[in-house]
Amino acid sequence: MSLVSILYALLFYFAAAVLCVGILLRIRLYAHTPQPLKIPTTPAPATRAGVVMRMVREVVFFQSLFKGCKWTWLFGWIFHFALLLVLIRHLRYFIEPIWAWIVIMQPWGVYAGFAMLAGLAGLWIRRIAVDRVRYISTPSDHLMLLLLIGIAGSGLLMKYVWPTDIIALKVFFLGLLSFDWQPLAPDPLLLLHLALTATLMIVFPFSKLLHAPGFFFSPTRNQTDNPRERRHLNTWATEPDTGSRP
Amino acid sequence: MAQAYKTEFDTPEIKEYPLIPHIRKGAMEHSKPFVAKAQHQESLGFPGELVDNWQQVALAKMAELLGKYRSIRVFLDTCVKCGACTDKCHYYLGTADPKNMPAARQDLLRNVYRRYFTLAGKLFPKLVGAVELTEEVLQDWYRYYHQCSECRRCSVYCPFGIDTAELTMAGREILASVGVGQKYSNEIITKVQKIGNNLGLPEPALANTLENLEEEIKDDTGVDVRLPLDEKGAEVLLVTPSADFFAEPHVDGLMGYAKVFHQAGISWTLSSYASEAANFGIFIGNYDNMQKLAQRVRDAALELGVRRIIVGECGHAWRVAYSFWNTLIGPFDFLDPDYPVPQHICEFSYDLIQRNALKFDKTANDHRILTFHDSCNVARASRMGNMPGGQFVIPREIIRASCNHFHDMSPETIHEHTFCCGGGGGLLTDDLVELRVKGALPRMEALQQVVDEFGVTHMAAICAICKSQFSKVFPYYGFDMDMVISVHQLLGDALVLGETH
Ligand code: HEM
Ligand code: SF4
Ligand code: SF4
Repeated sequence: MSLVSILYALLFYFAAAVLCVGILLRIRLYAHTPQPLKIPTTPAPATRAGVVMRMVREVVFFQSLFKGCKWTWLFGWIFHFALLLVLIRHLRYFIEPIWAWIVIMQPWGVYAGFAMLAGLAGLWIRRIAVDRVRYISTPSDHLMLLLLIGIAGSGLLMKYVWPTDIIALKVFFLGLLSFDWQPLAPDPLLLLHLALTATLMIVFPFSKLLHAPGFFFSPTRNQTDNPRERRHLNTWATEPDTGSRP
Repeated sequence: MAQAYKTEFDTPEIKEYPLIPHIRKGAMEHSKPFVAKAQHQESLGFPGELVDNWQQVALAKMAELLGKYRSIRVFLDTCVKCGACTDKCHYYLGTADPKNMPAARQDLLRNVYRRYFTLAGKLFPKLVGAVELTEEVLQDWYRYYHQCSECRRCSVYCPFGIDTAELTMAGREILASVGVGQKYSNEIITKVQKIGNNLGLPEPALANTLENLEEEIKDDTGVDVRLPLDEKGAEVLLVTPSADFFAEPHVDGLMGYAKVFHQAGISWTLSSYASEAANFGIFIGNYDNMQKLAQRVRDAALELGVRRIIVGECGHAWRVAYSFWNTLIGPFDFLDPDYPVPQHICEFSYDLIQRNALKFDKTANDHRILTFHDSCNVARASRMGNMPGGQFVIPREIIRASCNHFHDMSPETIHEHTFCCGGGGGLLTDDLVELRVKGALPRMEALQQVVDEFGVTHMAAICAICKSQFSKVFPYYGFDMDMVISVHQLLGDALVLGETH
């Protein structure tokens, strides 16, 4: 097997480990950090079921962002939804036999690739063109968009311009999964696409991409508005000594 | 050390259509409140002046807060710099200083957090905007964490609910911990702990004031309406912001509460020990001080043997009472379980209105054309009644029950979208007057619109800070300072006093 194949095999094991362990550690940290007070933001549901619905609306439709900025919402939602479709489409490289619903999703995954690029382009233009957004951006915010554009762009180029042998690619990934390493075709575009993807996986737990797990721990969104009905306890507070008027 | 502030500045222009300004770097760099004196730092358990190893102390405090507040940790990690919040803060809209954009305000802490608490910031500080905690950063914290009224407007629009108020509180807590607290808030907290209220009004003066108010109501209406103080065995303890005892227009609201209690035939009392609903502990982000202040209410309720606690018109006080009291000073198992604890005075009056227990002569308010300002802490950090959004419905229903002429301001400036008055969060002090005037701009624009369209003459509010702030800033925008009015003054003026039900 070629050196490139070995390097890429190692790279993907490393990236997958960093991604999973990194996110799990972060989730553990969030889960173990107490939230002393009730701070849900209006419109806060008064029941647990209402909160679940609120969270679903946020994750699926980006409800608050819709209220906040229609353009960002449009581009951001297109990008994320497209990303989801693309990820689903990619499952075929990791599963054998391929589940029927993934087969059905295949053509959508391709359109989604273009939609993803469009969404990312819109987000980047906004980041550069609007002085307020430009002000709050750090180099990493631009690079993150560039990275995702690179991934989407290289993927689409493989699909339409310089195809790669996807059967061999699938053999490579199934090999990784079963710890029975197989060679990887040394296509420059494929190697670029995979290297960028591994980079994304590695930076995920150390970057703002933590917004994905972080959202679920946001107390302003996941708390129930029932402080009078149910006493919320602060684990680190000392109980007031009752009736101690000096 | 003499401290000064700017008294000459341009009041922003009210435009026909509100515009989002382009950023003007450093536009409010000169704005900062007076620093607390040593005695008012020490009385709250903070060092009297900037400690020598402040950098170390600040980072240790930050680590402590990161471990104690999930909100802080998650909010610092999660921002994607999408920019949705950047045009939502009234202080940004009024000043154009980019550090008043919520995400940028958060970044003042976040950049330091990244530098000392995250791998990316330790390895690649430039890439992720991580910065050392320098004197200049500390100065920026002091400046810009005192240009946030903790109103939570930004949190409504953020896709992750990131609440800048939480980070402002954290920032102020760290500042106080290294020795640079804010004079205004610290003095007030000290006064409550020593005397019982923000004004430092002792029991005899309070008793005297209440007597005068009883006489005033008698002169006006011919009816003996009582304002009892420290009466053991009363049914209800009323805890209200101390501004209600003497400030205009607050005091007319207090007389309104008294009339409602009178008509309802329910015995009630104020407490000289807990003669303050405001709790500035929340403003400085300090849990212990907030709890200590709240504890006075519990103690007074037990001492007086009341069955219910009702809270007067005040925004952040209602947030602390509604959202935090049960955690801070609960459980309230010694109170009547048939009523919510605490109850808002508006909930109390609304309930009576619903049950047809009050009679109104709405024509008493016919010389007024009303609009209503949703106070930020009531709107976005608490609730009234038993349905979501009750905090918007109930005060308006009270106004409609008492007045014939009511018009809401533009929908994107009310309810959850409401703009802060510009003076909340511990900023209601003369040394921040420029900030207060400029921060009021979005509300002034919305008000101007209903003045032009409907001839609105008064804006009702249910917050002591809003009322004081508007009285102060109205003249800068060409409005009459008397245009702001308590909801319970409207109710009190229209209420037909007579046999009680
Ligand atoms: C639970 C899953 C997720 C939710 C609810 C979510 C939500 C959001 C929202 C609301 C925004 C702000 C709007 C925007 O700029 O698009 C955002 C931004 C962003 N998200 Fe996600 N996201 C999720 C997962 C992911 C994942 C898995 C990725 C990564 C690869 C990702 C990458 C990004 C990027 C790069 C941005 C910043 C876009 C910009 O620079 O403007 N997100 N996300
Ligand atoms: S809206 Fe939220 S995620 Fe977007 S920039 Fe503001 S704080 Fe960050
Ligand atoms: S909490 Fe209010 S004052 Fe503070 S940054 Fe957000 S919008 Fe501005």
